[in-house]
Amino acid sequence: MEKEIKLMKGNEALAEAAIREGVDGYFGYPITPQSEVLEYLAAERPWLRTGMVVLQAESEVAAINMVYGGAGTGKKVMTSSSSPGVSLKQEGISYIAGAELPALIVNVMRAGPGLGAIQPAQADYFQATKGGGHGDYRLITLAPSSVQEMYDFVHTAFELAFKYRTPAMILADGAIGQMMEKVTLKPQKERLADDKIKELYPWATTGRKKDAERTFITSLDLDPERFERHNHALQAKYKKIEENEVIVEMLNVEDAEYIIVAFGTSARVSFKAMDLLREEGYKVGLVRPITLWPFPKKEISQLAEKVKGILTVEMNAGQMVEDVRLAVNGRIPVEFYGRMGGMIPSPEEVVDAMKQKLIGG
Amino acid sequence: MVYKKTPLMTDKVLSYCPGCGHGTAHRITMEVVEEMGIQEDVLGVAPVGCSVLAYEFMNVDMSEAAHGRAPAVATGMKRLWPNKLVFTYQGDGDLAAIGTAETIHACNRGENITIIFINNGIYGMTGGQMAPTTLEGMKSSTSPFGREADIMGHPLKITELIAQLPGVYSVSRHAVHKPAAVRKAKRAIRKAFEDQLAKKGTTFIEIVSNCNSGWKMTPVKSNEWMEEHMFPFYPLGDIKKDGKLVK
Repeated sequence: MEKEIKLMKGNEALAEAAIREGVDGYFGYPITPQSEVLEYLAAERPWLRTGMVVLQAESEVAAINMVYGGAGTGKKVMTSSSSPGVSLKQEGISYIAGAELPALIVNVMRAGPGLGAIQPAQADYFQATKGGGHGDYRLITLAPSSVQEMYDFVHTAFELAFKYRTPAMILADGAIGQMMEKVTLKPQKERLADDKIKELYPWATTGRKKDAERTFITSLDLDPERFERHNHALQAKYKKIEENEVIVEMLNVEDAEYIIVAFGTSARVSFKAMDLLREEGYKVGLVRPITLWPFPKKEISQLAEKVKGILTVEMNAGQMVEDVRLAVNGRIPVEFYGRMGGMIPSPEEVVDAMKQKLIGG
Repeated sequence: MVYKKTPLMTDKVLSYCPGCGHGTAHRITMEVVEEMGIQEDVLGVAPVGCSVLAYEFMNVDMSEAAHGRAPAVATGMKRLWPNKLVFTYQGDGDLAAIGTAETIHACNRGENITIIFINNGIYGMTGGQMAPTTLEGMKSSTSPFGREADIMGHPLKITELIAQLPGVYSVSRHAVHKPAAVRKAKRAIRKAFEDQLAKKGTTFIEIVSNCNSGWKMTPVKSNEWMEEHMFPFYPLGDIKKDGKLVK
């Protein structure tokens, strides 16, 4: 079969992927730089294509709670937003994690704190990977660095979310959302029929069958002993995810003396910087965590045994670098280079940082 | 047999104070579901407040919602299962303070859901604080000298406000403190559920109820106080019927 290739914006690719993945419902609220997701869906009218529900909510808070409501009934549901909007969703995300529901949340990050700027940033790394809302929970966090990955990770995120009954996040940044690239589209998947949902997901509230026990969705338990057991069960699930679901791309690490660790747009910049450094004869490799949580601790720890130093490049004040340092545990120097406020580092800046902080130093 | 407990109420002992109207409101809601024979097609949403554990008592499939978000949760459910009967059960703090936006916008979209709103003019679960519907001069733990409108704002007649929205098909206000009132409230819930199944739009039922603990009165006294003070400000009856405002 001939490949279906299209030139698309990252946000549009994500929206088209949602339709073709057989998503049942999208609930969103406009915010720059991710409004194209809702706009694309509104123009595509997927309710005519697949029966997919698309609704512009009155706020990010309402949107995430619509997602919670839909997820509790076993449907494949998602929302998307950008940093300030994702902050508003944190309460709902905590409830989704606590009630153990599968859902996809997309954050096309812009600069913060506060209303910040509309230009790309990666300063929500902590929020995404360390919990974000209240309570002990984790989000499976996927970081795309191309428009193709914006498309592909919709599938990956839902696979993982349903496998573990836990929310997953695509953590992109404004550059990935706004830029245009070629995307290979996949064939349309059918949405699950209602009867199939009832059969596959007995935990979902789909109406209490005569003489059967009712099901209910909640994150509340007023019995602290029982609730501690629930927390232990959540932690056991997160441990399993950490052991089994790490995705990481490693380039030129075989002979590398120095490593750059970067994700998303920073990884694209760092890829170019690696090439420039190699042209000058420096043996530099790139590690690109695709799952930011679970973090590729083992892979980075192993590299720390053989390389001289690591430079972490991020569009923030230094967030992922803390996880890199935990993995390295003081064995080799771990340096950081970052830009903030919506600025994107240039490859030359990364080259200079590598030379000044590690190679020359 | 004169009276039989509906199997759609669980055997769990209600967590409500003796004399509170919640238990009756739960029971008549579940009786309507039983009498209509729609148990397999009902999805309920519980709020945060005294009825936070409603899903422990109502023996149908339910979801707990974050404080105020029940209409959004119900929207998600109903849009994805348009043939199910979806209802929310919410208190005044939940519906008319923290959840005002969700309430108004779900109603304004004419979401085909039924909202059952218990208005007792107080935050019961957290210990009797002032609610959006607390009457002027009424005492609560955060208005210990009585609600002063110039400092604390006026009591909110959210039900009358909601009735103005074109997406809303019916709005009525009831009580459950006397057998005749209970029968009336139950008939209204049944009508609302039937209208929802006929896809008429949002149906909204307020039940003015007592909170004898929060009001610091005996159950009997609190019902008398409710008739004397709450009913004049929150008059019972139809506010919007079959899509038309009642004069």
